Amino acid sequence: MGDSPLRPDGTLKVTGEFAYASDLWHDDMVWGVTLRSPHPHARIRRIDVSDALTVPGVTTVLTADDVPGDNAFGLEHADQPVLASEFVRYEGEPVALVAADHPETARRAAARIRVDYEVLPAVTDPLRAMDPDAPPVHRPGNLVRHLKLRRGDQTATAPVVVSLDFEVGMQDQAFLGPESGLAVPAEDGGVDLYVATQWLHVDQRQICLALGMEPERVRLHLSGVGGAFGGREDLSVHVHACLLALRTNRPVKMSYNREESFFGHVHRHPASMTYEFGAERDGTLVYARARTVLDGGAYASSTAAVVGNAGTLGLGPYRIPNVSVDAYGVFTNNPPCGAMRGFGCVQAAFAHEALMDELADAVGLDRVAIRQRNGMQEGDRNITGQVIDSAAPVAELLQIVADLPMPPERSAESDLRSLPGAVGNTTHGEGVVRGVGYAVTYKNIGFSEGFDDYSTARVRLEMTGGEAVATVHTAAAEVGQGLITVEQQICRTELGVERVVVHPKNTAVGSGGSTSASRQTYVTGGAVKAACEAVRAVVLERAAGLLGRPAGDLRLDGEKIVGLSGEVLTGLGEVLGDDAVEETVEWRHRPTHAIDPETGQGDAHVQFAFSAHRAVVDVDVELGLVKVIALDTAQDVGKAINPDAVVGQIHGGSAQGMGLALMEEIVVTDGHVRNPSFTDYLIPTILDMPPMQVKVLEYGDPHAPYGVRGVGEPPTISSGPAVAAAIRAATGKPLRRVPIRPEHITGT
Amino acid sequence: MRITTTVNGTEHEVDDVWPGESLLYVLRERMGLPGSKNACEQGECGSCTVYLDGEPVCACLVAAGQAQGREVRTVEGLADGDRLHPVQEAFVECGAVQCGFCTPGLLIAAHDLLARVPHPSDLEIREALAGNLCRCTGYEKILDAVRLAADRQARS
Ligand code: FES
Ligand code: FES
Repeated sequence: MGDSPLRPDGTLKVTGEFAYASDLWHDDMVWGVTLRSPHPHARIRRIDVSDALTVPGVTTVLTADDVPGDNAFGLEHADQPVLASEFVRYEGEPVALVAADHPETARRAAARIRVDYEVLPAVTDPLRAMDPDAPPVHRPGNLVRHLKLRRGDQTATAPVVVSLDFEVGMQDQAFLGPESGLAVPAEDGGVDLYVATQWLHVDQRQICLALGMEPERVRLHLSGVGGAFGGREDLSVHVHACLLALRTNRPVKMSYNREESFFGHVHRHPASMTYEFGAERDGTLVYARARTVLDGGAYASSTAAVVGNAGTLGLGPYRIPNVSVDAYGVFTNNPPCGAMRGFGCVQAAFAHEALMDELADAVGLDRVAIRQRNGMQEGDRNITGQVIDSAAPVAELLQIVADLPMPPERSAESDLRSLPGAVGNTTHGEGVVRGVGYAVTYKNIGFSEGFDDYSTARVRLEMTGGEAVATVHTAAAEVGQGLITVEQQICRTELGVERVVVHPKNTAVGSGGSTSASRQTYVTGGAVKAACEAVRAVVLERAAGLLGRPAGDLRLDGEKIVGLSGEVLTGLGEVLGDDAVEETVEWRHRPTHAIDPETGQGDAHVQFAFSAHRAVVDVDVELGLVKVIALDTAQDVGKAINPDAVVGQIHGGSAQGMGLALMEEIVVTDGHVRNPSFTDYLIPTILDMPPMQVKVLEYGDPHAPYGVRGVGEPPTISSGPAVAAAIRAATGKPLRRVPIRPEHITGT
Repeated sequence: MRITTTVNGTEHEVDDVWPGESLLYVLRERMGLPGSKNACEQGECGSCTVYLDGEPVCACLVAAGQAQGREVRTVEGLADGDRLHPVQEAFVECGAVQCGFCTPGLLIAAHDLLARVPHPSDLEIREALAGNLCRCTGYEKILDAVRLAADRQARS
């Protein structure tokens, strides 16, 4: 614990042996493909599959009529058809499925399905969608959630007032491993699904409803996952592959290509925000007013929870006595939006951090000092009235990044290729100016607002070939972040045995909850710890019986049972014999609570995590090109169980935030996605990423196992606003929309 | 059609290859070598990078027929039996592998760079790997890994 053992899957991944979902293969398998709607909104009059069925090699074609159970799924509300029957509500909505012996055969057959659409007008402007007379995407209206938050004096005034409008475009998770799965029909009439996902049990629940089958017959197994970032919380191939497998009685593999992947998962909500801060002349915040509209697209997914975050955490880690916040999530005929790393806090941070800079300028403070003056501290209440009851090192994190060494100034000798755009030899540095920006954030860890957020762990301890072996079985998804290593580390620490086997992840054990909200080390880590403690208690009980001493006088130390003064009494092998000890524990963190619907007040969150970034950019103001020179960060992780993995998460998370500030956007016009490819949807390359200095604080959270604090999301939240601030500092332009494009920089 | 290709030193013969299939598809689905990854199949991400007659290429952009009679080396052919290649070792040790989907392609690209330029500068590493996207790591630890592999190769 606290060191960084190598990840057990590392060798498999560098030799090419690790089986990702798209690598799965079965004798006799066929390929499934999805036919998707070309229209953002249409009525389906008729579907004719007869032509597709005549294509040689085609095994079956399915439409909505073939869904045996409920033709509806969804994380929070089951509002999304497995296959569209009457209406399609977004471009790319699944309409029919084909299975064939070759993926190309299946695609060609799908192209021969004739769907008679009556094209309907699409609601694509989220602000317009909120009008009472706007056509409803679903009945009875377009509001998914309105979060209303009122705290303190609603009529408060202040001598210094700053306000701005801000917009954030639609970002994509862009995990590299495509959505894939293999469904294998089973002899009991059920199905085994091997799939890349973030939460096996929530998938299982939805699949069972759609198939009309009980959970015993729908078994899920986690395959190798090539990144997730929220994009695998909702179903993709899951039900479709199962339907095809059950119908054809053959194993069915489905794997999206990159274009389909852009249609096959939910994205980060685009946001329009109007923010106002009032402050004393010394910069102390008096009040904040904010209105945020998140475009949820055609189906609810996790929009309601994203609105919860954008509202309750939407003003950043600051002490603000008087608050009025309205956050809305709305339906449109745009692509559905849901979970992505940072979950509602990413959008809000661009607005509150830009406004803090405005406030700094208005009162004549520097940008670090204004944040330190208002930064929350342990014991403060946040805007929902919740007491921050563990470390809140806002001022300290900012000081750390401010004090880190700056990158060297550019000089005549600097390599030309390090200039913005200059790998293309576009400049010799004439129009290049440098800017520095800061941002700070806090993020809730785990699921909030009263959600029953638990994880299950089964731990087994036995002697195998004269050696003690512990096996950990959880259903918690490893998506690349390193959870398997952490499970091993915790088990080694608690039981003192060297050999820890992590059982393959599947639904044969209770739910591990979602690999999201930065919660797995906390919650599944907590479950593994608790299960180990339960195993240890049983072992000591048994030893007590053997030795005729009270269990309270015994300890497990390595593979020995020792007494109070450390004297070795017997070996673990003697106590266990051939009889394994196995315990299964469901573990919950402290409860959270729903917020008051009128005031938005309540203890909504279980834990908060804090991070700060400083960005340094060079901007070619003539060409509008940006090069990030440095992106430095400090984060409080509570306790770094695996320091290397923690830093790795901070690097990767920071890159995603930077990507949103500079280049990442799904461009949607009139409901149509214009850039569903890695040619046109740009993610940062190794040339775009600057070197990063990372400082990690470890202020243990007394309420969390080992004091851990979630790690994965904060870096994605504070890095983008820091980059945007640095570009504003370099150019002097307000730049109230991200991603910041060259024309925003060069335009007037 | 029938295609005969030497992959990682072993001759593979595959039948019934449809002319539209890519080398990547044939490696992954017909030869049982899924190590090279299929992240975009558009030549944009580098996950499918393999050597074709010693040149790194995107296998997704090579028509299967173009590999007829040629030599392919994939990530499965980097290790020497059970001994990892120093580049592979360095990726594991430096934490350059998270989800690992980009890793096979990056390994080939890094392997190729170090064969051409034993002591690359950071800028040279960045330029050489700019065609390989990674969504998880932020690239810092990938740079560490390439530097470490270069050091080790220099010493061995
Ligand atoms: S899969 Fe070949 S370049 Fe992306
Ligand atoms: S490690 Fe996941 S894409 Fe690189």
